[in-house]
Amino acid sequence: MPETLVPTAPVTPTTAPTSLRRPRRSAGQILGRIALYASVVVGAVIMLFPFLWTVITSITPSGSLSGGPSLIVEDPTLDAYRTLMESMPVWRIIANSFGVAVVATLLQMITGSMAAYGFSRLRFKGKNIVFAAYLATLMIPLQVLVVPLFIQMTRLNLNDTYFALLAPSIASAFGIFLLRQAVDGVPRELDEAATLDGAGHLRIFGLIVLPLVKPALATLAVFAFMGSWNSFLWPLVVIRSPELMTLPLGLSTLQGQFTTQWDVVMAGSVVSILPIAIVYMFAQRHIIAGMSHTGLK
Amino acid sequence: MSVPATAPPRAAAPKRPTPQRRSTSSRSRWRNRGWVLFFLLPSAVPLVVFTLAPMVNSLWVSLHDWNLVSPMKWVGLDNYADLLTSDDTWRVLGNTLFYILGYLPLVYVGGLGLAMLLNRALKGRTFFRAAYFLPVITSWVVVALVWQWLLNPSNGLVNQLVQPVLDGLNGLFGTDMTAPGWWTDPQWAMPSVILASAWKDLGFVMVILLAGLQAIPGDVLEAARVDGAGAWKRFWHITFPLLSPSTFFVLVISLINGFQVFDQVYVMTGGGPSGASQVVVGQIYDLTFRYGRAGDASALSWILFVLILIVTALQMRGQRRWVNHA
Repeated sequence: MPETLVPTAPVTPTTAPTSLRRPRRSAGQILGRIALYASVVVGAVIMLFPFLWTVITSITPSGSLSGGPSLIVEDPTLDAYRTLMESMPVWRIIANSFGVAVVATLLQMITGSMAAYGFSRLRFKGKNIVFAAYLATLMIPLQVLVVPLFIQMTRLNLNDTYFALLAPSIASAFGIFLLRQAVDGVPRELDEAATLDGAGHLRIFGLIVLPLVKPALATLAVFAFMGSWNSFLWPLVVIRSPELMTLPLGLSTLQGQFTTQWDVVMAGSVVSILPIAIVYMFAQRHIIAGMSHTGLK
Repeated sequence: MSVPATAPPRAAAPKRPTPQRRSTSSRSRWRNRGWVLFFLLPSAVPLVVFTLAPMVNSLWVSLHDWNLVSPMKWVGLDNYADLLTSDDTWRVLGNTLFYILGYLPLVYVGGLGLAMLLNRALKGRTFFRAAYFLPVITSWVVVALVWQWLLNPSNGLVNQLVQPVLDGLNGLFGTDMTAPGWWTDPQWAMPSVILASAWKDLGFVMVILLAGLQAIPGDVLEAARVDGAGAWKRFWHITFPLLSPSTFFVLVISLINGFQVFDQVYVMTGGGPSGASQVVVGQIYDLTFRYGRAGDASALSWILFVLILIVTALQMRGQRRWVNHA
């Protein structure tokens, strides 16, 4: 996040005449600051309270849920979590979500950086056409692709497997585009110097280019991990077995089973927010930057 | 990296550097080909097998009647004709448009408001930014479930707060207002989805607009202030126009995402009650997995794809007209 511009100071030394009015303005300014902080806090309450309410509901005994809303739970209980654990393989589902997200992220970083190097550093016939074809796949959203891809996976007999979960995220045209820009930014003089020293493509790629595009790789990693972690439509289409489910999918099945047991549904929500919230606490800056930068590309 | 053995004619040099490469032996050309394959195949194979081929294949499927099991039956363009003349298609398109028109202003105005607040010198700015962004990293399924609970008509938090207020008003004016049925009421189902979606995306829009705001030179605003421009004038004549690239970006992303809306609808309303909140992607899903009409679903996928392409193209043209590239 480039913090280049600090909002302008209210009074600059050069504007001497206005400084005469300063005492009167500062009274208004105090009110202004109170209003500012009040609005920021109200905003935070609106954005955070639903999370708090989720936690509160999950530890409220299901019998007391129909009563009026209360912030203080008189006899908190973990019953909802117990019911949740009995109804689905929760740990397995969390592990699935992490495993698939990590593998998908690594795959996209590997395939993406290799392709970026190829497009940036190798010369071959039809390069621009091939790159245009890559970019064309960027225009196809998963929502459009989901039925065609399901048909394809049925043909390949890969439905309801871990591989099927990963298939659409082995390579991302978006990541390749992002990384190619970064690799293009690495000075070619470095390659040439390395070539003179006898380095081949593999060494230039691994020892020179990759370390210099780390920021772009980190951005792609955030984007890929979050995308996979929150992915719902594709797992919904391709996964049937409970032991292959990821968190969003597992959570969505709760809804049918426990339509009236909101404490269990909220316990499931807490369980699926918690891991990513912990990651977010430590890498908050990078995650926000990663998600908004990729947006800005 | 080959050094040319003989200096090429000067006039030709800038235009075609290729003659130098002719001199490379066929062996090194093959080696170069090997490297191209090595670096590109890991991405090319999955993109072809899991994106391009399915898309092309689905164009073929869209020309057939097919229930995913029995043999395909050729029907030509009938699927497209049927879809474009069916009320269901126009209803789901209308619902999707309604979603976009409700969601966009909410998320933009809200996101801009938050961004303007956080653009001021403020203690705990990092904390607030992180707090506003938290819903963005939460999955749609969680957001949908949490809002389904908050907006639960009988014992959800929102109605438990709204109903007493309405009761008080009813007592005063002798009216008979009841809190909305939210996602259980056909009229309120889509507004419920819109509310939850805007809440989730507010932080994302805020971060993008905040970056845009921070790129606006402070001295321009200060000069306007010295010239006596009030806060509203400074916003309308300086901040807002200079923010237009970010605004444009938010618009494009939101529109494209709007056409693809699915997760939160599927979880919150399942497209119901009685189809009142069904959207295009939900219809594609139902056609395939509820009604076994893969041909129609493929055709609708292609219609959606073309629609998204058109919107993107229109916006790219519009960009030249009204975006102020500072």
